[in-house]
Amino acid sequence: MRLPRKSRFIWRSDGFRIYSSNRKFLWFLLPSLLGVSLFVLIPFGDVVRRSFTTALSGEFCGWDNYVSVFRNQAFRLAVKNTLRFVGVCLPILLVVSLVIALAMQWVPVLEKCKACYLLPMAMPAATVVLVWKLVFAKQGFLSGLLGVQYDFLAGDRAFWVLIATYVWKNLGYTVVLWLAALRTVPVDIKEAARVDGAGAVRIFFHITLPYLKGAAYTIGLLSFLNTFKVFREVYLIAGSYPGEEIYLLQHVFHNWYTKLDLDKMAAGAVLAAAVLGAVALFMGRLLEDED
Amino acid sequence: MRIRKRKWRKWIGALCAALPVAVLGLLFFLPIGILMSGSIADALEWQERLGPMLKEGEGFIGWRWIPDYPTGEHFKRLLFYSPGFLHLFWNSIWMVGRILAGQLLMGVPAAWAFAAFSFRGRRTLFQLYIILMLLPFQVTMLSRYLVLRELQLLNTSSSVILPAVFSTFPVFLVYRSFRGIPRELLEAARMDGAGELRIFLQIGLPLAKGGLFACFVLSFLESWNMMEEPLAFLKDKTLWPLSLYLPEISLAQAGFAAAASMITLTVSLFVFGLFRDSLEQGIAASGIKA
Repeated sequence: MRLPRKSRFIWRSDGFRIYSSNRKFLWFLLPSLLGVSLFVLIPFGDVVRRSFTTALSGEFCGWDNYVSVFRNQAFRLAVKNTLRFVGVCLPILLVVSLVIALAMQWVPVLEKCKACYLLPMAMPAATVVLVWKLVFAKQGFLSGLLGVQYDFLAGDRAFWVLIATYVWKNLGYTVVLWLAALRTVPVDIKEAARVDGAGAVRIFFHITLPYLKGAAYTIGLLSFLNTFKVFREVYLIAGSYPGEEIYLLQHVFHNWYTKLDLDKMAAGAVLAAAVLGAVALFMGRLLEDED
Repeated sequence: MRIRKRKWRKWIGALCAALPVAVLGLLFFLPIGILMSGSIADALEWQERLGPMLKEGEGFIGWRWIPDYPTGEHFKRLLFYSPGFLHLFWNSIWMVGRILAGQLLMGVPAAWAFAAFSFRGRRTLFQLYIILMLLPFQVTMLSRYLVLRELQLLNTSSSVILPAVFSTFPVFLVYRSFRGIPRELLEAARMDGAGELRIFLQIGLPLAKGGLFACFVLSFLESWNMMEEPLAFLKDKTLWPLSLYLPEISLAQAGFAAAASMITLTVSLFVFGLFRDSLEQGIAASGIKA
């Protein structure tokens, strides 16, 4: 009989988790960690260094690059638009998907529609473009439906087309997440409330919603992550310089890259990473499923 | 009497909830329907339909769900007379295949390390992975460019594949389903003297199958759809994936474009249909604490 080798793990004071004193986790982690370091962490460190130097001579220049980023008109416009976009599309997506998930929970037959809602996820951006041009062009289907020639891909209408695209693409994903979250709400508590005479609305706001809070953070984070991916559609439909309303941060970076404006890019990347990192840390604390 | 009335009201309420959801679902399906019917309409019909748009005139684009003369000419042209298209198609398949294989070899074990072991710095490191997952491509574009230039990988297919292999999203996704495995099971296996590799291969992988499939599907869709990376790092058009070729077809060849889109779409729909259930489970697992 083989005895377990020397104690490789110890019980911690919390009595549940094990502290594995062996170093075998390294075999699993190292390949990924090395790759991530090589392709992301180390070069990003270099970018941080570059953000404080001039690209041409490599001299230290303090905060100059950051100042020039902040002074940049395009950058300001893009920050404004991106904030507006995230601020509008996230609440819409989260609320609409929650309502649909609730409807599906109420009328289970509707779960058959889930596939329809998930389908847009499988639709590559490049294939969306042709359809969008047909639907939203000045002489397109939507104009035809309304009976007026509106160009939905220009001006502020383009912004709303963008919101619609984002919701269209992510609704299925979010509905599935909400449905899973709704299943974690204990039925007996809801039942008890019903017996005590609470109406459906009250049950929702006082029992279901508080239970969903934890999941809401995760779902918000994942949806936030996907807001950046909408750039593909914008880029394909409107190119590098779209209308003022849908000029996003990604466009700024993209155009700095094509112009090889390394100074601004480095400072901009560090700024963006700092902001997103803060968001992620804040959300990540809530995402951690233990401790 | 009152009870029956209430029952009726409940039914009407359910119908009121069901109809919008069903209608919206159908509406979501519409773009694919448009592509399907568009891909079998011949060039002449497309010209006629798009007339008002191409001539910038009055009136609107006409549409018939079933074309007057259904034709397979676009598909025929694509599959038999466009070597370029097929070349890019295989480019895409190859690229996606290598990315997925790489993620399986690199990302999945890393997720296992985070899920099955406790070590110093685990939380911090995992949070770092989450932050990296959140960074959009444009933020890491410069650093990627720098390292690819240093390694002389620019304008090779590796410039797109390698960074994608080390994407941290799969790690995050699979971690969640590994975490769902009861710890007692792992402890018991360790007690019985099973090696760590064996525990990973014989307990971890089979029990997290749902998460792995979901990760596979999401990664597939993501890489099949990849645009920014190849656009930034691949100058040579013969290395391009299909997703960059489609937008190059002008609206004047709309039928051709629709057929090409259909082929691109069919591949991802195929994968989607094959793994739909595990995709749903995996998505659910990625968001909800087990």
